[in-house]
Amino acid sequence: MKFGILVNEGPYQHQASDSAYLFCRAALAKGHEIQRVFFYHDGVNNSTRLTEPPQDDRNIVARWSKLGADHGVDLVVCVAAALRRGIKDENLAPGFRISGLGQLVESGIQADRLVVFGD
Amino acid sequence: MSEGTIKKFMFVNRTAPYGTVYALESLEVVLISAAFDQDVSLAFIGDGVWQLKKGQQTKGIETKNFSPTYRALEGYDVEKLYVERESLEARGLAEDELIVDVTVLDAKELGALMEEQDVVVSC
Repeated sequence: MKFGILVNEGPYQHQASDSAYLFCRAALAKGHEIQRVFFYHDGVNNSTRLTEPPQDDRNIVARWSKLGADHGVDLVVCVAAALRRGIKDENLAPGFRISGLGQLVESGIQADRLVVFGD
Repeated sequence: MSEGTIKKFMFVNRTAPYGTVYALESLEVVLISAAFDQDVSLAFIGDGVWQLKKGQQTKGIETKNFSPTYRALEGYDVEKLYVERESLEARGLAEDELIVDVTVLDAKELGALMEEQDVVVSC
């Protein structure tokens, strides 16, 4: 099955981005396709390369980047939500790209299921 | 999936308008999905019904009053607005206190409508 993923919450503050990541990994392991992960609302904070979590904790941002590199998953950050929160190309982590909300709607159209992770 | 695909998108609004940014940012997605010529509807449940309350005044909290946007939705061919009856009643609100024309449905009817959707985006 082809999944689109929407992440609406920031890292560490909320379970949503962990759940979304684990869902993606599990789906890929079962042979499904992740068509795109779209980051909206505070979810855009998953994409900043300035994140430095303590060493004994998971690195949520790096984990997304690795998912993108290992599986070619398209990681898209909403431009309007990103600019509101100080996320720009210069502080964007590897594997992410900034684009418009049309990418989310397209995901809803193209994927078999759009799965929303949020509050 | 062909380019001309039209799916049924429902945006479910569950939050009060100014306590969080969800309502404002979700409206932006609604407008974009209408621009993609999708079959768009909105549902308002729980505190989400406050988004449609007439007479919002936001000067005191130094926040933009975006409630007129709901009245502009018609111009984008977004005309299916559903409000859950139980949520209105629990908050002492009546249909004539809302800034736009809506269809009031009880929870069961709204649930059945959600069942028919291709994409449900809730926040």
